[in-house]
Amino acid sequence: MNEAFLQTFWISIKLASLTTISLFCVGIPIAWFLTYSSFRLKIVLQAFVSMPLVLPPSVLGFYLLLAFSPNFWFGNFFSHYLNIHLAFSFPGILIGSIIFNVPFMVNSIQTGFSNLPVSLKDASYTLGKSSMTTLRRVLLPNIKPALLTGVCLTFAHTIGEFGVILMIGGNIPGKTRVASLAVYDEVQALNFDLANKYALFLCGFSFLILLVIYGVNREFLKWKRF
Amino acid sequence: MEEILIELHLCKKIHTSEGDEILDVKIEIPRLGFITLFGKSGVGKTTLLRMIAGLTQPDSGYIKVGTEVWFDHARKINIKPQCRNIGFVFQDYSLFPNMTVKEHLLYASQDKETRYISELLDVFHLKGLCNRKPGRLSGGQQQRLAVARALARKPRILLLDEPLSALDSETRQTLQHEIMLAHRNFQATTLLVSHDLNEVVKLSDFVYVIDGGKVQSQGKPVEIFRNSTIGTDLQLVGIVIKIEDNVLTVSINNTITKIVTTPDKLKDLNINDRILITAKTMDPLIRKLTENEAY
Repeated sequence: MNEAFLQTFWISIKLASLTTISLFCVGIPIAWFLTYSSFRLKIVLQAFVSMPLVLPPSVLGFYLLLAFSPNFWFGNFFSHYLNIHLAFSFPGILIGSIIFNVPFMVNSIQTGFSNLPVSLKDASYTLGKSSMTTLRRVLLPNIKPALLTGVCLTFAHTIGEFGVILMIGGNIPGKTRVASLAVYDEVQALNFDLANKYALFLCGFSFLILLVIYGVNREFLKWKRF
Repeated sequence: MEEILIELHLCKKIHTSEGDEILDVKIEIPRLGFITLFGKSGVGKTTLLRMIAGLTQPDSGYIKVGTEVWFDHARKINIKPQCRNIGFVFQDYSLFPNMTVKEHLLYASQDKETRYISELLDVFHLKGLCNRKPGRLSGGQQQRLAVARALARKPRILLLDEPLSALDSETRQTLQHEIMLAHRNFQATTLLVSHDLNEVVKLSDFVYVIDGGKVQSQGKPVEIFRNSTIGTDLQLVGIVIKIEDNVLTVSINNTITKIVTTPDKLKDLNINDRILITAKTMDPLIRKLTENEAY
């Protein structure tokens, strides 16, 4: 029992970490593009990015499940060329969770960029610095709280994810069963003690993450002043 | 004949308080000159500077700098701001909050030459503030850092966008002097945007007056402003505080002054009126101030 408990949490944490790392890498260029590009159709991308916020997880899960099917080009590509079967597997729930969490990472970073004066970017350009150097040396160091918020929100939200994972992961113990699903499972099986254990752990974990966000942001504001 | 460094003719539609307007400006800037674009706020002076820097794209026209073409609408040439060797001082300074004074200069410097950076720190009195971030600098110090950072790249052209407008008059005077020195010492052709007449006359050797989207006049500052405000009279703007018989109490630049005059000159005046006082400057009393005197 104890081993299954730890294993479930390990899958939750592994999923959340990999989702966060992937989204951190993808989120920065997307947020940069959405903030600074003058491309007229970028609102279409903006709408796509925010879609998971308003869509029911079951809808997203349903379409992802269809996409993961070997009869569809996406699923076919993965199973044929990479030998990875996405439906009801860990790589599948990872892809689902990355897509589902895009707005949490991108919107946080985008807010950070938008709050910086545009002239910071301009100043760096007039000093002969490329957009990559400007991003690395000027923009990112000045939006640390936004980056931290994006990372923590994505991580915490992945830990608390339920609908999408249930739809595309199938709740297989040791493979795709995460802590949030386990609570539901144990309640169904009338194991209230174990359900409580999972639930309490999730509560403590979420609280800790929010505490870190607010604590670090407060320190950063102090640091910025002096 | 002076050698022309920058030659430009630029057109751009701009939004002003009186509706849309076409900015259509043609100017020439001699090498090592100190040129001012003078005009009311909102006439497109900043836009012009940004177009030279490559931060705003003109609708049409060209910019030639020496033998290089930076922008040519007809030939579809538009060099990136990074490749235009300029130093830009923004009105809000745009310092990087994450960098210390020294890091700013190291970041801006291309060759990281420490002797040059140390010279900049010296000239702009920033040596003792090397490890401070902009948040811990005063307005004047931030402005000095902004100019030093712009010069760290050793630019051929220095563009100054109303760099002193946010400072008090005393700091402004000191910094005008430092900008002048920097222009001479670091040999950068300088283009200043300003709507402060004192600044223009004191610093620049040529001025373009821009209004209604066009260059209305151009020439040496003293010649341009001779008929308007430069003259042999001393003109001061004050606010009426008190009127008693033939004595007027006026606040001029936060100094209270009593003016004795004839009652008929006072009959239309009321408390809080803004007034222009003109005094003859034939042989007035002049005394040099010591450093400790607060004026």
